[in-house]
Amino acid sequence: MQTPKAILAGLAQRRGLGGRVATLPLVGPSVVLLLVFSLVPLAMTLWFSFQRYNLLNPAISGFAGLANYRFLLEDSSLYSALLVSVGLVLAVLAISVGLGTVLAALFETRFPGRGIARVLMISPFFVMPTVSALIWKNLLMHPVNGLFAWICRSLGLPVIDFFGAIPLTAVVIIVAWQWLPFAFLILLTALQSLDEETLEAASIDGAGPLAVFFHIQIPHMGRAISVVVMMETIFLLSVFAEIYVTTSGGPGLATTNLAFLIYQRALLAFNVGGASAAGVIAIILANIMAAFLLRSVARRLDV
Amino acid sequence: MFFPIVWMFAASFKTEVEAIATPPLFLFTPTLENYREVFARADYLGFALNSVVVSLGATVAALALAIPAAFAMALYPTKRTRGTLLWMLSTKMLPPVGVLVPIYLIARETALLDTRTGLIIMFALSNLPIVVWMLFTFFKETPKDIIEASRIDGASVLQVITVVLLPLVTPGIASTALLSIILCWNEAFWSLNLSAHDAAPLTAFIASFSAPEGLFWAKLSAASTMAIAPILVLGWASQRQLVRGLTFGAVK
Repeated sequence: MQTPKAILAGLAQRRGLGGRVATLPLVGPSVVLLLVFSLVPLAMTLWFSFQRYNLLNPAISGFAGLANYRFLLEDSSLYSALLVSVGLVLAVLAISVGLGTVLAALFETRFPGRGIARVLMISPFFVMPTVSALIWKNLLMHPVNGLFAWICRSLGLPVIDFFGAIPLTAVVIIVAWQWLPFAFLILLTALQSLDEETLEAASIDGAGPLAVFFHIQIPHMGRAISVVVMMETIFLLSVFAEIYVTTSGGPGLATTNLAFLIYQRALLAFNVGGASAAGVIAIILANIMAAFLLRSVARRLDV
Repeated sequence: MFFPIVWMFAASFKTEVEAIATPPLFLFTPTLENYREVFARADYLGFALNSVVVSLGATVAALALAIPAAFAMALYPTKRTRGTLLWMLSTKMLPPVGVLVPIYLIARETALLDTRTGLIIMFALSNLPIVVWMLFTFFKETPKDIIEASRIDGASVLQVITVVLLPLVTPGIASTALLSIILCWNEAFWSLNLSAHDAAPLTAFIASFSAPEGLFWAKLSAASTMAIAPILVLGWASQRQLVRGLTFGAVK
Protein backbone atom coordinates (compact mmCIF):
# COMPACT_ATOMS: atom_id res chain seq x y z
CA MET A 1 0.00 0.00 0.00
CA GLN A 2 1.34 3.39 -0.91
CA THR A 3 0.61 6.29 1.37
CA PRO A 4 -1.42 9.11 -0.17
CA LYS A 5 1.55 11.39 0.27
CA ALA A 6 3.81 9.12 -1.72
CA ILE A 7 1.24 8.87 -4.49
CA LEU A 8 0.95 12.65 -4.63
CA ALA A 9 4.71 12.99 -4.67
CA GLY A 10 4.92 10.48 -7.50
CA LEU A 11 2.28 12.36 -9.42
CA ALA A 12 4.01 15.66 -8.95
CA GLN A 13 7.28 14.14 -10.06
CA ARG A 14 5.80 12.66 -13.19
CA ARG A 15 3.89 15.74 -14.19
CA GLY A 16 6.27 18.41 -12.97
CA LEU A 17 4.91 20.98 -10.55
CA GLY A 18 1.18 20.67 -11.02
CA GLY A 19 1.18 19.80 -14.67
CA ARG A 20 3.44 20.40 -17.61
CA VAL A 21 4.59 23.85 -18.49
CA ALA A 22 5.96 24.69 -21.89
CA THR A 23 9.23 26.31 -20.86
CA LEU A 24 10.43 27.10 -24.36
CA PRO A 25 8.30 30.22 -24.94
CA LEU A 26 9.36 31.52 -21.53
CA VAL A 27 13.10 30.96 -21.88
CA GLY A 28 13.27 31.33 -25.65
CA PRO A 29 13.18 35.13 -26.08
CA SER A 30 16.06 35.70 -23.67
CA VAL A 31 18.14 32.94 -25.21
CA VAL A 32 17.56 34.04 -28.81
CA LEU A 33 18.30 37.70 -28.08
CA LEU A 34 21.46 36.88 -26.14
CA LEU A 35 22.54 34.49 -28.87
CA VAL A 36 22.15 37.17 -31.53
CA PHE A 37 23.71 39.79 -29.28
CA SER A 38 26.80 37.72 -28.61
CA LEU A 39 27.33 35.74 -31.80
CA VAL A 40 26.67 38.36 -34.47
CA PRO A 41 29.18 40.95 -33.17
CA LEU A 42 31.66 38.18 -32.44
CA ALA A 43 31.40 36.84 -35.98
CA MET A 44 31.70 40.36 -37.37
CA THR A 45 34.82 41.06 -35.32
CA LEU A 46 36.39 37.88 -36.64
CA TRP A 47 35.39 38.70 -40.23
CA PHE A 48 36.67 42.30 -40.05
CA SER A 49 39.94 41.14 -38.57
CA PHE A 50 40.73 39.45 -41.90
CA GLN A 51 39.61 42.42 -44.00
CA ARG A 52 41.24 45.58 -45.23
CA TYR A 53 38.70 48.06 -43.93
CA ASN A 54 39.13 51.74 -43.12
CA LEU A 55 36.11 53.91 -42.44
CA LEU A 56 37.76 57.01 -43.87
CA ASN A 57 39.05 55.44 -47.04
CA PRO A 58 36.56 53.18 -48.85
CA ALA A 59 39.17 52.52 -51.53
CA ILE A 60 40.99 50.25 -49.10
CA SER A 61 39.03 47.03 -49.08
CA GLY A 62 39.19 43.35 -49.70
CA PHE A 63 40.52 40.25 -48.04
CA ALA A 64 43.61 40.93 -45.97
CA GLY A 65 44.44 37.43 -44.86
CA LEU A 66 46.59 37.59 -41.79
CA ALA A 67 47.95 41.04 -42.61
CA ASN A 68 46.09 42.78 -39.78
CA TYR A 69 47.43 40.26 -37.31
CA ARG A 70 50.94 40.38 -38.72
CA PHE A 71 50.93 44.18 -38.55
CA LEU A 72 49.59 44.06 -34.99
CA LEU A 73 52.06 41.44 -33.81
CA GLU A 74 54.97 43.42 -35.25
CA ASP A 75 53.75 46.57 -33.50
CA SER A 76 55.34 47.15 -30.13
CA SER A 77 52.30 49.07 -28.89
CA LEU A 78 50.36 45.78 -28.73
CA TYR A 79 52.85 44.29 -26.27
CA SER A 80 52.97 47.47 -24.26
CA ALA A 81 49.15 47.48 -24.10
CA LEU A 82 49.08 43.83 -23.05
CA LEU A 83 51.59 44.58 -20.30
CA VAL A 84 49.58 47.58 -19.11
CA SER A 85 46.36 45.52 -19.13
CA VAL A 86 47.85 42.66 -17.15
CA GLY A 87 49.78 44.95 -14.80
CA LEU A 88 46.66 46.97 -14.05
CA VAL A 89 44.63 43.84 -13.34
CA LEU A 90 47.29 42.29 -11.10
CA ALA A 91 47.99 45.45 -9.12
CA VAL A 92 44.32 46.24 -8.50
CA LEU A 93 43.62 42.61 -7.61
CA ALA A 94 46.47 42.54 -5.10
CA ILE A 95 45.29 45.74 -3.43
CA SER A 96 41.58 45.03 -3.42
CA VAL A 97 41.72 41.37 -2.41
CA GLY A 98 44.58 41.84 0.06
CA LEU A 99 43.10 44.83 1.85
CA GLY A 100 39.55 43.54 1.34
CA THR A 101 40.32 40.33 3.26
CA VAL A 102 41.86 42.19 6.18
CA LEU A 103 39.11 44.82 6.29
CA ALA A 104 36.37 42.19 6.10
CA ALA A 105 37.91 40.43 9.12
CA LEU A 106 38.14 43.75 10.99
CA PHE A 107 34.52 44.56 10.26
CA GLU A 108 33.48 41.16 11.60
CA THR A 109 34.47 42.26 15.09
CA ARG A 110 31.89 44.36 16.87
CA PHE A 111 32.69 48.04 17.29
CA PRO A 112 30.51 51.10 17.75
CA GLY A 113 29.41 52.68 14.50
CA ARG A 114 30.12 49.55 12.48
CA GLY A 115 26.99 49.89 10.37
CA ILE A 116 27.81 53.41 9.26
CA ALA A 117 31.48 52.59 8.76
CA ARG A 118 30.51 49.72 6.45
CA VAL A 119 28.22 51.97 4.40
CA LEU A 120 31.03 54.53 4.02
CA MET A 121 33.50 51.76 3.09
CA ILE A 122 31.45 50.43 0.20
CA SER A 123 30.36 53.80 -1.19
CA PRO A 124 33.12 54.26 -3.81
CA PHE A 125 31.75 51.23 -5.68
CA PHE A 126 28.57 53.16 -6.44
CA VAL A 127 30.37 56.23 -7.80
CA MET A 128 30.36 56.35 -11.60
CA PRO A 129 33.85 55.81 -13.05
CA THR A 130 34.05 59.19 -14.77
CA VAL A 131 33.31 60.98 -11.49
CA SER A 132 35.82 59.06 -9.42
CA ALA A 133 38.54 59.47 -12.03
CA LEU A 134 38.06 63.23 -12.36
CA ILE A 135 37.77 63.86 -8.62
CA TRP A 136 40.99 61.97 -7.97
CA LYS A 137 42.79 63.54 -10.91
CA ASN A 138 41.88 67.13 -10.08
CA LEU A 139 40.91 67.62 -6.45
CA LEU A 140 43.38 65.14 -4.97
CA MET A 141 46.25 64.37 -7.36
CA HIS A 142 46.71 67.68 -9.15
CA PRO A 143 50.43 68.58 -8.87
CA VAL A 144 49.77 72.26 -8.03
CA ASN A 145 46.33 72.67 -6.49
CA GLY A 146 45.59 69.11 -5.39
CA LEU A 147 45.22 68.10 -1.78
CA PHE A 148 48.07 65.56 -1.93
CA ALA A 149 50.44 68.18 -3.32
CA TRP A 150 49.63 70.44 -0.38
CA ILE A 151 50.12 67.59 2.12
CA CYS A 152 53.51 66.75 0.59
CA ARG A 153 54.60 70.40 0.67
CA SER A 154 53.49 70.84 4.29
CA LEU A 155 55.48 67.79 5.28
CA GLY A 156 58.49 69.10 3.41
CA LEU A 157 58.36 66.22 0.92
CA PRO A 158 58.75 66.60 -2.84
CA VAL A 159 55.42 66.95 -4.63
CA ILE A 160 54.47 63.88 -6.66
CA ASP A 161 53.34 64.62 -10.20
CA PHE A 162 51.03 61.60 -10.31
CA PHE A 163 50.03 61.67 -13.96
CA GLY A 164 53.42 62.83 -15.18
CA ALA A 165 55.85 60.71 -13.20
CA ILE A 166 53.84 57.64 -12.19
CA PRO A 167 50.78 57.62 -14.49
CA LEU A 168 50.04 53.91 -14.31
CA THR A 169 50.30 53.90 -10.52
CA ALA A 170 47.87 56.83 -10.43
CA VAL A 171 45.36 54.92 -12.56
CA VAL A 172 45.85 51.84 -10.38
CA ILE A 173 45.08 53.89 -7.25
CA ILE A 174 41.85 55.24 -8.74
CA VAL A 175 40.66 51.87 -10.02
CA ALA A 176 41.61 50.14 -6.77
CA TRP A 177 39.62 52.74 -4.82
CA GLN A 178 36.57 51.71 -6.85
CA TRP A 179 37.07 47.95 -6.61
CA LEU A 180 38.28 47.49 -3.04
CA PRO A 181 34.71 48.09 -1.78
CA PHE A 182 33.45 45.37 -4.13
CA ALA A 183 35.91 42.83 -2.73
CA PHE A 184 35.23 44.02 0.80
CA LEU A 185 31.44 43.74 0.50
CA ILE A 186 31.53 40.23 -0.93
CA LEU A 187 34.17 38.94 1.47
CA LEU A 188 32.32 40.41 4.43
CA THR A 189 29.09 38.74 3.33
CA ALA A 190 30.93 35.44 3.01
CA LEU A 191 32.49 35.88 6.44
CA GLN A 192 29.14 36.50 8.06
CA SER A 193 27.98 33.04 7.05
CA LEU A 194 30.75 31.59 9.21
CA ASP A 195 29.38 29.42 11.99
CA GLU A 196 29.45 31.16 15.40
CA GLU A 197 30.17 27.83 17.06
CA THR A 198 33.34 27.31 15.04
CA LEU A 199 34.66 30.63 16.26
CA GLU A 200 33.66 29.85 19.85
CA ALA A 201 35.33 26.47 19.71
CA ALA A 202 38.49 28.07 18.36
CA SER A 203 38.60 30.66 21.11
CA ILE A 204 38.03 27.98 23.76
CA ASP A 205 40.97 26.10 22.25
CA GLY A 206 43.00 29.25 22.80
CA ALA A 207 43.27 30.56 19.24
CA GLY A 208 44.16 34.25 19.05
CA PRO A 209 42.67 36.66 16.52
CA LEU A 210 45.57 36.10 14.11
CA ALA A 211 45.20 32.33 14.26
CA VAL A 212 41.46 32.67 13.69
CA PHE A 213 42.11 34.95 10.71
CA PHE A 214 44.64 32.69 9.01
CA HIS A 215 43.28 29.25 9.89
CA ILE A 216 39.52 29.78 9.99
CA GLN A 217 38.42 32.98 8.30
CA ILE A 218 40.69 32.90 5.23
CA PRO A 219 39.91 29.25 4.38
CA HIS A 220 36.20 30.04 4.86
CA MET A 221 36.46 32.95 2.44
CA GLY A 222 38.27 30.82 -0.16
CA ARG A 223 35.31 30.44 -2.48
CA ALA A 224 34.34 34.09 -2.22
CA ILE A 225 37.92 35.15 -2.88
CA SER A 226 38.03 33.09 -6.05
CA VAL A 227 34.75 34.63 -7.22
CA VAL A 228 36.05 38.15 -6.48
CA VAL A 229 39.29 37.48 -8.35
CA MET A 230 37.47 36.22 -11.41
CA MET A 231 34.77 38.90 -11.49
CA GLU A 232 37.27 41.70 -10.99
CA THR A 233 39.58 40.27 -13.63
CA ILE A 234 36.81 40.37 -16.21
CA PHE A 235 35.88 43.96 -15.40
CA LEU A 236 39.45 45.18 -14.95
CA LEU A 237 40.59 43.86 -18.33
CA SER A 238 38.08 46.31 -19.82
CA VAL A 239 38.96 49.39 -17.75
CA PHE A 240 38.30 52.26 -20.12
CA ALA A 241 36.53 55.33 -18.74
CA GLU A 242 39.15 55.98 -16.05
CA ILE A 243 41.89 56.11 -18.68
CA TYR A 244 39.73 58.04 -21.12
CA VAL A 245 39.16 60.97 -18.75
CA THR A 246 42.53 61.06 -16.97
CA THR A 247 45.48 60.24 -19.25
CA SER A 248 44.00 59.35 -22.64
CA GLY A 249 46.46 56.49 -22.62
CA GLY A 250 49.54 58.64 -22.13
CA PRO A 251 52.04 59.96 -21.59
CA GLY A 252 53.23 58.03 -24.62
CA LEU A 253 51.77 54.57 -24.20
CA ALA A 254 52.27 54.46 -20.43
CA THR A 255 48.59 53.91 -19.61
CA THR A 256 47.26 52.52 -22.90
CA ASN A 257 45.70 49.18 -22.10
CA LEU A 258 44.22 46.82 -24.68
CA ALA A 259 40.74 48.34 -24.35
CA PHE A 260 42.06 51.83 -24.97
CA LEU A 261 44.28 50.70 -27.85
CA ILE A 262 41.28 49.18 -29.62
CA TYR A 263 39.26 52.33 -29.05
CA GLN A 264 42.06 54.43 -30.55
CA ARG A 265 42.47 52.19 -33.57
CA ALA A 266 38.75 51.92 -34.23
CA LEU A 267 37.14 55.24 -33.41
CA LEU A 268 40.07 57.63 -33.67
CA ALA A 269 42.06 56.07 -36.52
CA PHE A 270 39.01 54.38 -38.12
CA ASN A 271 41.08 51.29 -38.80
CA VAL A 272 38.37 48.66 -38.49
CA GLY A 273 40.53 45.75 -39.60
CA GLY A 274 43.36 46.45 -37.18
CA ALA A 275 41.03 47.22 -34.29
CA SER A 276 39.12 43.99 -34.90
CA ALA A 277 42.30 41.95 -34.86
CA ALA A 278 43.15 43.52 -31.49
CA GLY A 279 39.57 42.80 -30.40
CA VAL A 280 40.05 39.12 -31.18
CA ILE A 281 43.15 39.12 -29.00
CA ALA A 282 41.19 40.78 -26.17
CA ILE A 283 38.46 38.15 -26.49
CA ILE A 284 41.00 35.33 -26.34
CA LEU A 285 42.60 36.86 -23.24
CA ALA A 286 39.23 37.24 -21.52
CA ASN A 287 38.22 33.71 -22.41
CA ILE A 288 41.28 32.24 -20.76
CA MET A 289 40.23 34.03 -17.56
CA ALA A 290 36.58 33.12 -18.02
CA ALA A 291 37.27 29.42 -18.31
CA PHE A 292 38.39 29.42 -14.68
CA LEU A 293 35.38 31.37 -13.43
CA LEU A 294 32.86 29.24 -15.28
CA ARG A 295 34.36 26.10 -13.86
CA SER A 296 34.26 27.36 -10.28
CA VAL A 297 30.66 28.57 -10.62
CA ALA A 298 29.51 25.43 -12.43
CA ARG A 299 30.73 23.24 -9.61
CA ARG A 300 28.33 24.88 -7.16
CA LEU A 301 25.29 25.21 -9.40
CA ASP A 302 22.50 23.03 -8.03
CA VAL A 303 19.99 22.70 -10.84
CA MET B 1 37.82 55.39 1.70
CA PHE B 2 34.95 57.84 1.95
CA PHE B 3 37.15 60.90 2.15
CA PRO B 4 37.35 61.69 -1.61
CA ILE B 5 33.55 61.79 -1.69
CA VAL B 6 33.44 64.15 1.31
CA TRP B 7 36.13 66.34 -0.25
CA MET B 8 34.18 66.53 -3.51
CA PHE B 9 30.98 67.31 -1.60
CA ALA B 10 32.76 70.14 0.24
CA ALA B 11 34.26 71.51 -2.98
CA SER B 12 30.83 71.68 -4.55
CA PHE B 13 29.92 74.44 -2.06
CA LYS B 14 33.09 76.48 -2.65
CA THR B 15 33.65 79.21 -5.18
CA GLU B 16 35.95 78.32 -8.09
CA VAL B 17 38.77 80.31 -6.49
CA GLU B 18 38.32 78.59 -3.12
CA ALA B 19 38.21 75.15 -4.77
CA ILE B 20 41.73 75.46 -6.19
CA ALA B 21 43.17 77.42 -3.28
CA THR B 22 46.42 76.26 -1.71
CA PRO B 23 46.56 75.64 1.16
CA PRO B 24 43.16 74.00 0.77
CA LEU B 25 40.28 75.54 2.64
CA PHE B 26 38.67 73.41 5.29
CA LEU B 27 36.48 76.23 6.54
CA PHE B 28 34.60 78.42 4.11
CA THR B 29 31.24 80.05 3.59
CA PRO B 30 29.18 77.54 1.60
CA THR B 31 27.60 78.79 -1.61
CA LEU B 32 24.94 77.21 -3.79
CA GLU B 33 26.22 79.14 -6.81
CA ASN B 34 27.72 76.02 -8.48
CA TYR B 35 24.49 74.08 -8.30
CA ARG B 36 22.62 77.05 -9.70
CA GLU B 37 25.08 77.36 -12.57
CA VAL B 38 25.09 73.67 -13.41
CA PHE B 39 21.30 73.74 -13.52
CA ALA B 40 21.35 76.91 -15.56
CA ARG B 41 23.20 75.06 -18.30
CA ALA B 42 20.12 74.14 -20.26
CA ASP B 43 21.52 70.75 -21.19
CA TYR B 44 22.23 69.47 -17.68
CA LEU B 45 18.65 68.38 -17.18
CA GLY B 46 18.78 66.73 -20.59
CA PHE B 47 21.75 64.58 -19.54
CA ALA B 48 20.08 63.72 -16.25
CA LEU B 49 16.87 62.81 -18.05
CA ASN B 50 18.84 60.59 -20.44
CA SER B 51 20.35 58.76 -17.46
CA VAL B 52 16.94 58.23 -15.89
CA VAL B 53 15.19 57.13 -19.09
CA VAL B 54 17.98 54.83 -20.19
CA SER B 55 18.46 53.19 -16.77
CA LEU B 56 14.77 52.64 -16.16
CA GLY B 57 14.04 51.63 -19.75
CA ALA B 58 16.85 49.09 -19.86
CA THR B 59 15.87 47.70 -16.46
CA VAL B 60 12.21 47.25 -17.42
CA ALA B 61 13.19 45.62 -20.70
CA ALA B 62 15.64 43.26 -19.01
CA LEU B 63 13.11 42.30 -16.33
CA ALA B 64 10.38 41.66 -18.91
CA LEU B 65 12.67 39.22 -20.70
CA ALA B 66 14.22 37.69 -17.61
CA ILE B 67 11.24 37.09 -15.31
CA PRO B 68 9.58 34.43 -17.52
CA ALA B 69 12.95 32.84 -18.28
CA ALA B 70 14.03 32.69 -14.63
CA PHE B 71 10.58 31.43 -13.61
CA ALA B 72 10.75 28.56 -16.07
CA MET B 73 14.32 27.62 -15.24
CA ALA B 74 13.93 27.83 -11.46
CA LEU B 75 10.64 25.97 -11.14
CA TYR B 76 10.57 23.72 -14.20
CA PRO B 77 14.21 22.81 -14.77
CA THR B 78 14.95 20.57 -17.74
CA LYS B 79 18.09 18.80 -18.87
CA ARG B 80 19.17 21.91 -20.69
CA THR B 81 18.60 24.43 -17.87
CA ARG B 82 22.04 24.08 -16.35
CA GLY B 83 23.77 24.49 -19.68
CA THR B 84 21.59 27.48 -20.59
CA LEU B 85 22.40 29.27 -17.34
CA LEU B 86 26.12 28.71 -17.68
CA TRP B 87 26.03 29.78 -21.31
CA MET B 88 24.26 33.01 -20.35
CA LEU B 89 26.95 33.65 -17.77
CA SER B 90 29.63 32.99 -20.36
CA THR B 91 28.27 35.70 -22.69
CA LYS B 92 29.13 38.14 -19.92
CA MET B 93 32.78 37.13 -20.34
CA LEU B 94 32.89 38.62 -23.80
CA PRO B 95 34.86 41.86 -23.27
CA PRO B 96 32.96 44.89 -24.57
CA VAL B 97 36.02 46.19 -26.42
CA GLY B 98 36.18 42.97 -28.40
CA VAL B 99 32.85 43.82 -30.03
CA LEU B 100 33.16 47.62 -29.99
CA VAL B 101 33.73 47.87 -33.74
CA PRO B 102 30.77 45.77 -34.94
CA ILE B 103 28.38 47.21 -32.35
CA TYR B 104 29.39 50.73 -33.34
CA LEU B 105 28.91 49.96 -37.03
CA ILE B 106 25.56 48.23 -36.46
CA ALA B 107 24.35 51.18 -34.39
CA ARG B 108 25.45 53.55 -37.12
CA GLU B 109 23.76 51.56 -39.88
CA THR B 110 20.50 51.24 -37.96
CA ALA B 111 20.52 54.94 -36.96
CA LEU B 112 20.64 53.93 -33.28
CA LEU B 113 23.89 55.78 -32.67
CA ASP B 114 23.42 58.53 -30.09
CA THR B 115 19.81 57.56 -29.37
CA ARG B 116 18.28 56.54 -26.06
CA THR B 117 16.77 53.48 -27.72
CA GLY B 118 20.22 52.35 -28.77
CA LEU B 119 21.59 52.66 -25.24
CA ILE B 120 18.51 50.97 -23.75
CA ILE B 121 18.97 47.97 -26.06
CA MET B 122 22.70 47.78 -25.25
CA PHE B 123 22.26 48.05 -21.49
CA ALA B 124 19.28 45.69 -21.32
CA LEU B 125 21.09 42.98 -23.26
CA SER B 126 24.42 43.36 -21.50
CA ASN B 127 22.75 43.13 -18.09
CA LEU B 128 20.34 40.35 -19.08
CA PRO B 129 22.58 37.47 -17.90
CA ILE B 130 23.06 39.06 -14.46
CA VAL B 131 19.34 39.80 -14.16
CA VAL B 132 18.33 36.25 -15.14
CA TRP B 133 20.82 34.77 -12.68
CA MET B 134 19.82 36.95 -9.77
CA LEU B 135 16.11 36.29 -10.33
CA PHE B 136 16.84 32.59 -10.74
CA THR B 137 18.46 32.40 -7.30
CA PHE B 138 15.48 34.24 -5.75
CA PHE B 139 12.85 32.16 -7.56
CA LYS B 140 14.52 28.92 -6.48
CA GLU B 141 13.75 29.87 -2.89
CA THR B 142 10.00 30.29 -3.37
CA PRO B 143 7.87 27.58 -1.80
CA LYS B 144 7.02 25.21 -4.62
CA ASP B 145 3.88 23.80 -2.99
CA ILE B 146 1.96 27.02 -3.53
CA ILE B 147 2.74 27.12 -7.22
CA GLU B 148 2.03 23.42 -7.54
CA ALA B 149 -1.34 23.86 -5.82
CA SER B 150 -2.36 26.76 -8.00
CA ARG B 151 -1.48 24.80 -11.12
CA ILE B 152 -3.59 21.84 -9.92
CA ASP B 153 -6.41 24.29 -9.28
CA GLY B 154 -6.27 25.11 -12.98
CA ALA B 155 -4.39 28.39 -13.13
CA SER B 156 -2.64 29.16 -16.41
CA VAL B 157 1.09 29.83 -16.56
CA LEU B 158 0.47 33.55 -16.99
CA GLN B 159 -1.85 33.54 -13.97
CA VAL B 160 0.70 31.65 -11.91
CA ILE B 161 3.38 34.19 -12.74
CA THR B 162 1.29 37.31 -12.22
CA VAL B 163 -1.02 36.30 -9.35
CA VAL B 164 0.97 33.75 -7.35
CA LEU B 165 4.66 34.15 -8.07
CA LEU B 166 5.16 37.90 -8.44
CA PRO B 167 3.74 38.89 -5.02
CA LEU B 168 5.96 36.22 -3.41
CA VAL B 169 9.15 37.36 -5.07
CA THR B 170 8.62 41.13 -5.09
CA PRO B 171 11.60 41.74 -2.77
CA GLY B 172 13.85 39.69 -5.03
CA ILE B 173 12.67 41.48 -8.15
CA ALA B 174 13.11 44.84 -6.43
CA SER B 175 16.74 44.10 -5.52
CA THR B 176 17.40 42.81 -9.03
CA ALA B 177 15.91 45.98 -10.50
CA LEU B 178 18.07 48.07 -8.17
CA LEU B 179 21.24 46.30 -9.25
CA SER B 180 20.31 46.75 -12.89
CA ILE B 181 19.60 50.47 -12.39
CA ILE B 182 22.93 50.95 -10.60
CA LEU B 183 24.86 49.16 -13.34
CA CYS B 184 23.12 51.13 -16.10
CA TRP B 185 23.50 54.47 -14.35
CA ASN B 186 27.24 54.02 -13.90
CA GLU B 187 27.93 52.33 -17.25
CA ALA B 188 30.60 54.34 -19.02
CA PHE B 189 32.07 52.27 -21.86
CA TRP B 190 29.07 52.11 -24.16
CA SER B 191 27.70 55.50 -23.17
CA LEU B 192 31.02 57.17 -24.04
CA ASN B 193 31.35 55.33 -27.34
CA LEU B 194 27.77 55.16 -28.58
CA SER B 195 26.44 58.56 -27.58
CA ALA B 196 27.64 62.04 -28.44
CA HIS B 197 25.17 64.61 -27.20
CA ASP B 198 21.52 63.81 -27.82
CA ALA B 199 21.43 60.60 -25.81
CA ALA B 200 24.48 61.16 -23.62
CA PRO B 201 23.81 60.23 -19.98
CA LEU B 202 25.50 61.79 -16.94
CA THR B 203 28.60 59.56 -17.18
CA ALA B 204 29.38 61.14 -20.54
CA PHE B 205 28.47 64.64 -19.36
CA ILE B 206 30.92 64.40 -16.46
CA ALA B 207 33.59 63.12 -18.84
CA SER B 208 33.29 66.40 -20.77
CA PHE B 209 34.86 68.11 -17.74
CA SER B 210 38.13 66.32 -18.53
CA ALA B 211 38.91 68.82 -21.29
CA PRO B 212 41.77 71.06 -20.10
CA GLU B 213 39.89 74.27 -20.83
CA GLY B 214 36.95 73.09 -18.76
CA LEU B 215 38.70 72.84 -15.43
CA PHE B 216 36.05 74.21 -13.14
CA TRP B 217 36.56 72.17 -10.01
CA ALA B 218 33.69 73.55 -8.00
CA LYS B 219 31.21 73.06 -10.83
CA LEU B 220 32.64 69.62 -11.58
CA SER B 221 32.09 68.75 -7.91
CA ALA B 222 28.54 70.05 -7.90
CA ALA B 223 27.62 68.19 -11.08
CA SER B 224 29.31 65.03 -9.76
CA THR B 225 27.56 65.21 -6.41
CA MET B 226 24.18 65.38 -8.12
CA ALA B 227 25.13 62.61 -10.54
CA ILE B 228 26.15 60.11 -7.85
CA ALA B 229 23.73 60.98 -5.03
CA PRO B 230 20.71 58.91 -6.14
CA ILE B 231 22.79 55.81 -6.85
CA LEU B 232 24.72 56.13 -3.60
CA VAL B 233 21.44 56.06 -1.68
CA LEU B 234 20.10 53.11 -3.71
CA GLY B 235 23.37 51.27 -3.18
CA TRP B 236 23.31 51.80 0.58
CA ALA B 237 19.75 50.55 0.74
CA SER B 238 20.40 47.35 -1.13
CA GLN B 239 24.01 46.42 -0.34
CA ARG B 240 23.22 42.95 1.03
CA GLN B 241 21.09 41.74 -1.85
CA LEU B 242 23.55 43.12 -4.39
CA VAL B 243 26.17 40.57 -3.40
CA ARG B 244 24.03 37.79 -4.77
CA GLY B 245 23.70 39.44 -8.17
CA LEU B 246 27.32 40.51 -8.40
CA THR B 247 28.57 36.99 -7.70
CA PHE B 248 25.96 35.18 -9.78
CA GLY B 249 24.52 33.61 -6.64
CA ALA B 250 27.84 32.11 -5.56
CA VAL B 251 27.92 34.20 -2.37
CA LYS B 252 24.71 35.00 -0.49
